[in-house]
Amino acid sequence: MNLRRLGAVMLKESRQLRRDRVTLAMIIGIPMILLLLFGYAINLKLRGLSAGVADQANTSASRALVMDMMATGVIAPKMAATTPQELTQALRRGQISLGIVIPPDFEARRFDGRDVAQVMVDGSDTVVQSAAMQLAQVPLDTAPIANTRPLELSPNPISVVSFYNPERRSAVNIVPGLIGVILTMTMVLFTAVAIVRERERGNMELLIATPVSRAELMVGKVAPYVVIGLLQTTLVLGLGVWLFRVPIAGRLIDVYAAAMLLILANLSLGLLISTRAKSQFQAMQMTFFVFLPSILLSGFMFPFSGMPPAAQWIAEVLPLTHFLRLIRGIVLRGAALMELWPDVLALAVFIAVMLSAAVLLFHKRLD
Amino acid sequence: MNDGVVNDPNIVIDARGVTRRFGDLVAVDAVNLTVRRAQVYGFLGPNGSGKSTMIRMLCGLLLPSAGSIQVLGLHIPAQADALRLRVGYMTQKFSLFEDLGVRENLEFLAAVQGLSRREAARRVEELLIEYDFADRQKQLAGTLSGGQKQRLALAGAVIHRPELLFLDEPTSAVDPESRRDFWDKLFDLADEGKTLLVSTHYMEEAERCHRLAILDHGRLVGDGTPAELIAKLDGRTLRVQAADLRRAREALSAAPEVAGVAQIGTALRVLTHTQASPQRLQTSLHDAGISADVQTTTPNLEDVFVAATGRSRRAGEMSP
Ligand SMILES: Nc1ncnc2c1ncn2[C@@H]1O[C@H](COP(=O)(O)OP(=O)(O)O)[C@@H](O)[C@H]1O
Ligand SMILES: [Mg+2]
Repeated sequence: MNLRRLGAVMLKESRQLRRDRVTLAMIIGIPMILLLLFGYAINLKLRGLSAGVADQANTSASRALVMDMMATGVIAPKMAATTPQELTQALRRGQISLGIVIPPDFEARRFDGRDVAQVMVDGSDTVVQSAAMQLAQVPLDTAPIANTRPLELSPNPISVVSFYNPERRSAVNIVPGLIGVILTMTMVLFTAVAIVRERERGNMELLIATPVSRAELMVGKVAPYVVIGLLQTTLVLGLGVWLFRVPIAGRLIDVYAAAMLLILANLSLGLLISTRAKSQFQAMQMTFFVFLPSILLSGFMFPFSGMPPAAQWIAEVLPLTHFLRLIRGIVLRGAALMELWPDVLALAVFIAVMLSAAVLLFHKRLD
Repeated sequence: MNDGVVNDPNIVIDARGVTRRFGDLVAVDAVNLTVRRAQVYGFLGPNGSGKSTMIRMLCGLLLPSAGSIQVLGLHIPAQADALRLRVGYMTQKFSLFEDLGVRENLEFLAAVQGLSRREAARRVEELLIEYDFADRQKQLAGTLSGGQKQRLALAGAVIHRPELLFLDEPTSAVDPESRRDFWDKLFDLADEGKTLLVSTHYMEEAERCHRLAILDHGRLVGDGTPAELIAKLDGRTLRVQAADLRRAREALSAAPEVAGVAQIGTALRVLTHTQASPQRLQTSLHDAGISADVQTTTPNLEDVFVAATGRSRRAGEMSP
């Protein structure tokens, strides 16, 4: 490997990248959009649903129940009412998203173990509905009142707090995983397309007719994207800390080391795809062929343990699965990178295999 | 000579029985080629005749299906890596980076071709001036005109001062004046002792080559200096003037001894398969009710091309 040649390829690639508006927009745009999308959706579930309360019992226990529900942060008091009818009206007018009715015989019901309260929800808003359902932790009850639906609340209101987010999904949990998703999406695509584009434009015929080596060409080509990947990591991490107060329990250097492993894994995969894809469109198709299982099986969307064994085997081959274990361990549990060595090893092996395959499959020939 | 090394240092390219198949298609068919040092060697042939495929095999970019190739004394494709340091290749399609500036493109190529930093800086300055890019160094290559692009591509191909240059239809998208300037540059390079293999389908360009190979359907159908090739056609070209050119043309095309007819101005130019007798042709036209004046004329390269490719086209039609 000749450093001057390698440097020239890197410089050329960076210059082209700087002039490629679409790719630049994607580098910044994709992380921002995904972060806000996921972050905002979760935020909506988390707090601030305006609620009306009709506490017809008004005993110390009923007041305590209402206070506990407010304390979850899921709902915020907006109005106090005396009858359920008032709440229904306010719901219909859209003044509140959720109404809580505590019947006059609250104490007697509590004593008998019957339903102690009713949560009324605007059934037209599925996000609010599912938030309330999680709040109440019981299935839908029968007869709807107008376009609102009555729900019954479990007798122990304090349990609502801990049951709210049964899979522990929150911005805190999503943001670290999102780094992985974004890197998987952009890194594979950028490298694969960058090389196939040169072949389509005819640049490759010029390049392979020069003394530049396969390794110089490939390493020089992907090196600028390592920087891009680290920038994206910083962007998502920074916004996550700033907007969603994601606490980083582990060391920052470990976070970046884990990100670096995933970036290299994805770049190698992108290189491999580029040796096979005939057109940019094909490169994109192949990227999504890898991206979809990554999203679905890695444990980002669904808990890993709940998946059938076959899906788990596939997931073990995907870099994102191992990265998620690393990043969650580091960010959420404060683990050190090397404590999680099996996943570090898995990523290292993935990089070595993909990179060797890519270099072997790339010929300095046209046939 | 067989498989041995070509000892004559003046022989730059030596190809024997080179063949390339793409599936059932034989793109290059058992071509023999000898190119000597400091020659401008032309590759003349219609589209799809295998010029690009042959050049790519000589560069080591495509593997031959059969045959042996030696370039600059190196066995190709086995020693293609060593060859890459000593040849320049200008692709048929513009292959510099359109989103890089003129200077950036040259700087990149200089580095990739292994010039040291100082050497590269000097060489780029030199080429910017020599190839007339001094006042558009920053312009993106994609925004250059066709002629400018080709000039830049040539500058890029010679940046490492290669002994041998492959140029694949370098002037196909260029206006006639730029084409002449471009060819002047090629001859300057040949005067410096460099060897050039240039493919083209322009006659006036082919005419200027020191030596010429004519390809058709992948086969070598003519090889020699333009003068030699033309001399072979002596006595086979005729000039026909007639009142009704269209009828004369129809009658001539149907005649078995005629290989090709073309209208040049107000006369017809006729190429025959063998030595033709103007009197006999005039008589036979007269018998067909066409009064015409038939005279022999000196052949040119166009006739060579028609004779070479037309003949093989007929042969092709007859085979199943
Ligand atoms: N990569 C390829 N795959 C299949 N056929 C090809 C390929 N390259 C060239 N050919 C075919 O080989 C023939 C010769 O092509 P080419 O060498 O490009 O001709 P020229 O350069 O003289 O126009 C054409 O029929 C072309 O379609
Ligand atoms: Mg061609």
